Parts: sequence; structure tokens; C-alpha cells
Amino acid sequence: MDAANYLYLSALLFSIGAIGVVLRRNAIVVFMCIELMLNAANLSFVTFSRINGDLNGQVVAFFTMVVAACEVVVGLAIIVTIYRSRRSASVDDASLLRR
Amino acid sequence: MNEVALQVGQTAAPEALLFWILAPLTLIAALGMLLVRKAVHSAILMAFVMIALAIFYIAQDAPFLGIVQIVVYTGAVMMLFLFILMLVGVDSSDSLAETIRGLRPIAITAALGFGGLMVSLLSRATLGRSAVGLEAANSDGNVEAIARLLFSRYVWPFEVVSALLITAALGAMVLAHHHRIQERPTQRQLSIDRFRKDSLATAAGLAAPGVFARHNAVDVPALLPDGSPAPASINASLKARGDVLDSARFELGTVDTSADEEK
Repeated sequence: MDAANYLYLSALLFSIGAIGVVLRRNAIVVFMCIELMLNAANLSFVTFSRINGDLNGQVVAFFTMVVAACEVVVGLAIIVTIYRSRRSASVDDASLLRR
Repeated sequence: MNEVALQVGQTAAPEALLFWILAPLTLIAALGMLLVRKAVHSAILMAFVMIALAIFYIAQDAPFLGIVQIVVYTGAVMMLFLFILMLVGVDSSDSLAETIRGLRPIAITAALGFGGLMVSLLSRATLGRSAVGLEAANSDGNVEAIARLLFSRYVWPFEVVSALLITAALGAMVLAHHHRIQERPTQRQLSIDRFRKDSLATAAGLAAPGVFARHNAVDVPALLPDGSPAPASINASLKARGDVLDSARFELGTVDTSADEEK
């Protein structure tokens, strides 16, 4: 088995996450799909770190995790704020500018 | 064994077994995340994907990242997701109907195209090249090696990231802080309001649920003096869930009392 198989897995997971972001309407599920894309990128970093025998990739993956954690905290707070004012967690309902 | 495997650009046999078992499961879980209707099920499948990725990290000589993945993602982030799901409402299931016409085929085509492009590019770029492996870099231990990098070369990004974490925590607190628009009504005010209503029927409070001496659970409406059930005695959320029993089931005539008569 080639170490590049991890890269193929990562590309497929990223694509699945991208489909989810576009197709799902629940803001929380959309957010989880974004997390899936970030994780797929992390898997690439770790695999490249191994292919090149260099730990810089792992350090970058570590930073990605920290930034993703920050993003989840702020994003979920925004979802809760929107839910409080609109009683809905659907991304289609927050369309104030369209009307 | 491991050196030989790395020399020919192949990973060792146990790792291949692990990969070919776990990778399809990961893909199925990720696809299921897209297809299941309830957000809670999506979250559970997401947690599975996260744990699988942690196992992949550990298999790829990144034990520190694997443990961090489990602690941060499956521990903290997924817990936060489930917490917000419970707050927003578990039963708010997602409609999978497309709201923008033609979005679904375009999205699936674009994502499949992107995935195919990535896979074909990767296969061209990496085929025939042997992996170096992390044995040399991890010779002092993975955590020590990462710490050496983190606190020398990446010390400035590390500090910036800590500032980012604090900013995110403060931002979440500011966003989640809830200003009351009206003052919370006091017990005195509630009592005055009750007596100033049009009808005095509920001035002494609503009837408690349950048909006493027969069944006193909260899911049975109380009986009014004329024998009809009192719908106001049932909690509104029980009614919304459809968990209300019919109080006619507990009427005297319907209960079998023959065992008592034999005594």
C-alpha cells in the first residue's frame, strides 16, 4: 500500500464535505461539513509530513486544529444568536436582505 | 520490516490492513453524514470520522496529533456541536429538498469533478516516489520533536494562535450574552395578572394532571367534575410530542374489578 492512499482518502473526504456545505440546509450540519473539510486537509498535512520525513506538516496540522476550534466556538455562538432571534437553524431562513 | 517497506515506498502490511478496513468505513460514515435526515445522527457519524482520522494519524507516526485529534475534536468540538444541537432542538430535522433550482446536480458534479481532479493529480504527482518516513525525525520521540519545532521556529505563530483562542472565547461570550428586552415578571406581578384576566377560572392555578386513584401520571389529563378531560392540565410540550394518554381509559366501568370481587 502506498502512503498516497491517505491523500486519495483526504481528497474524497474533502469533496464529500464540499457537497454537504452546498446541499444541507441545517446550519449546524453545514458547519460539521466544514469541519470535515478541515480534517481532510489535516490528513493531507500529516501524510505529506510522513512522505517528506519532515515534522513541519504536523505542526501546521496542529495550528489548523486550534484555528478550527476557534472557528467552531464563534460559529456556534453565531448560530445560537440567529436561532434566538429567528427560531430556526436553517441557512435559508436568514434571508433578510433578499426581501 | 518497516525499513524494507519504506524503501520500496510501501507501508507495512498491518497498516495496509488497517487502512483498507477503516478507510471505506470512514467514507461510508462521511457519506452518511450527508444523507441522514437528523442532525444528531450526522453528529454521531462525524464523531466516527474524527476517531478514524485520529487512528490514521497514529498509524502515520503522528501520535501527538492523534491524541490531540481525539481530545480536541471528538472530545471538545463534537461535544459543543451536540450541546448546541440540544439547545436549538433535536427534532428540527433537516429537509433535504433543494431550495435553489438545479443546485443539487451542479454541486454533485462540481464536487465529483474536484475529487476526481485531485485524485488524478495526486496519482501523477506521487506514484513511483518512495516515502521518506518519520523514523529519523521522530528519533527523540514525536512529542519532543514537535515541541522543539513549536517553541523555536513556530513560536511567533504559537503566540498569535493563543491570542486568537482568547479572542474567540471572548467573542463567543459576547455573542451568547443575552439581553432581556423586558423585565422578568415577579411572582407578585404574575399573581396580579392572573386575577385581572377576563375569567377567574384559572385564578387558583391550572388543574394538576392525572386521574387520581386510577392513574396519576403527568401524561393523562385530569377529569373535570362532569367527567370530561381537562386539556389545560397537560404540559404543552407533552401535547406537542403526542405523548398524551386518553383519560377515558381510566374510567371506572372499563377497569376489570373481578379479582377484587372473588376475595
